Amino acid sequence: MGFYEIYNEIKDTDFDRLLKEVTVQQADRVIGDNTVSETGFLNLLSPAAGERLETMARKAHHLTLKNFGRVIGLYTPMYLSDFCTNECVYCGFNTKNPMRRRTLSVAEVEREGRMIAGTGLRHLLILTGEAPHQASVEYLAECTGRLRKYFSSVSIEVYPMETAGYQALVAAGVDGMTVYQEVYDPEIYDRLHIKGPKKNYRFRLNAPERACQAGMRTVNLGALLGLADWRSEVFALGLHAKYLQDKYPDTEISVSFPRIRPAAGQFRPAVEVTDRELVQMILAIRLFLPRAGITLSTRENPDFRDNLIRLGVTKMSAGSCTEVGGRLDGDGHDGQFEISDTRSVAEMKAAILQNGYQPVSKDWLVI
Amino acid sequence: MDILKIGGQEIHNRLFLGTGKFASDALIPDVIKASGVQVVTVALRRVDFENEQENMLNYIDKECVLMPNTSGARTADEAVRIARIARAAGCGNWVKIEVIKDNKYLLPDNYETLKTTEILAREGFAVFPYMSPDLMVARQMRDAGAAAVMPLGSPIGSNRGLQTRELVRILIDEIDLPIIVDAGIGRPSEAAEAMEMGAAAVLVNTAIAVADDPVAMAAAFSMAVKAGRQGYLAGPGAAKLYAEASSPLTGFLRDSD
Repeated sequence: MGFYEIYNEIKDTDFDRLLKEVTVQQADRVIGDNTVSETGFLNLLSPAAGERLETMARKAHHLTLKNFGRVIGLYTPMYLSDFCTNECVYCGFNTKNPMRRRTLSVAEVEREGRMIAGTGLRHLLILTGEAPHQASVEYLAECTGRLRKYFSSVSIEVYPMETAGYQALVAAGVDGMTVYQEVYDPEIYDRLHIKGPKKNYRFRLNAPERACQAGMRTVNLGALLGLADWRSEVFALGLHAKYLQDKYPDTEISVSFPRIRPAAGQFRPAVEVTDRELVQMILAIRLFLPRAGITLSTRENPDFRDNLIRLGVTKMSAGSCTEVGGRLDGDGHDGQFEISDTRSVAEMKAAILQNGYQPVSKDWLVI
Repeated sequence: MDILKIGGQEIHNRLFLGTGKFASDALIPDVIKASGVQVVTVALRRVDFENEQENMLNYIDKECVLMPNTSGARTADEAVRIARIARAAGCGNWVKIEVIKDNKYLLPDNYETLKTTEILAREGFAVFPYMSPDLMVARQMRDAGAAAVMPLGSPIGSNRGLQTRELVRILIDEIDLPIIVDAGIGRPSEAAEAMEMGAAAVLVNTAIAVADDPVAMAAAFSMAVKAGRQGYLAGPGAAKLYAEASSPLTGFLRDSD
């Protein structure tokens, strides 16, 4: 049984009613417990628990220190191709979006990789849209081979693939995989993904598990915040992470909380997720999964990001660029989404140090 | 002078330092100075030999004995490769074996750790296996040529102290290798307790690195380790379960009986 079946059993639950029924006393009890059950996790996502943010924050801070130390891992994204066959209403790479598209040559990939490595970063996340005829598994493997000369860790955030595809990339030196389900609610998912292979909800939902089976060292999940009610979405995300953590204990499972940013097109989020709410979900995940990594991208602004360092975040991106070839010859247009934190790698490192944490550029090695 | 002879070195400070969780590598020299620590473990995964400014090794006094560790290894094969990379990079021939397949509790895989120990001891490494305290496996580690065994006090980073007390005590009694308690030690008093029990040394990272004042905490741990060691050497009186009755229960027995 995969997570699809597990989620199927709970997806029709009236989360709204359950969440409203949670009392502050119940939330307090969960915060005080040593371990947090699935029900406890739901309680932590309730409006009542929202009144206990400071207590949750203290516990989250303490748990993160014990488990990860005063350390923040750094990485940066590099977009290899923005060709895409999907029609996702919220995304700048939407196939209907009239824009110049580009796939970097392997030589260009190496050149941009070398530029990034010059900043001292050793962890790289490579991204593409969903267009395997433009950016095939073989192409990704070849790029990885070149990039491995400069980076101790190369992760992918590309289209979902079969286990064999992930295995080929692991063999080529990829050690991490990120895929956001975007929306766990299948009906909303179907509405927002109008056309393309991404319409296959189940294939995407089970992609992280296939990556675990293929031997990825790290697997990162996320729900795009703003597409649906965040409390039930983050609940599904947490259960998904726990399912993988329990079943694949040798894979490091982490989660991201991407809030929708403006992108090309006219899409406006259906739900606004406030800063307080984003903090609540980060804290709830930390209390539920003390050993899970929590990744924070440059979608959030510098001041907010700096304040989140102490609340459970373990990895942050720096010096980001969401445009293909953006570091080589980009004009700053046509990225996947707008970046909010535009600080350079050096500035990001300084800010993390100033907050009492060590920015870590290298935390794996080619073996 | 009380010296720990181990892995071809003479160690006089029995507090070993882990380095993975500090707010800044720049704190490490002060921590080493304040505590007098001699043995320092470093995760090879964190060392960037190509980046002078961020190479953690530059913050470790050259007088220290470096103990690279295989953090991140999930199998014996990965651990062996990491150890070989460390030696080839000039990190000496000590290696702390960490083989962990369990990201939730970070508990070591004793079986893979044993396999690693067998291979690396044959290759001339001074092997320090981090393990769950299991007497049978500890014997096999010894037979495989380990320089010491490093049982955990409680899970890494948990700061819960010597939860495995009885099992560690058995290793100390039965294994004629130095027993180094590694992981879980949260307070100086717990380090002292391990040393009083007869541990050869204690390895601490989290409790020092995440303290409000890591330098002061390192000094406190160093003193606690020394106190515990001296207490052990001084031979404490046997702890008594019951008070000595002033009218002994066997006082009626005479020598002539």
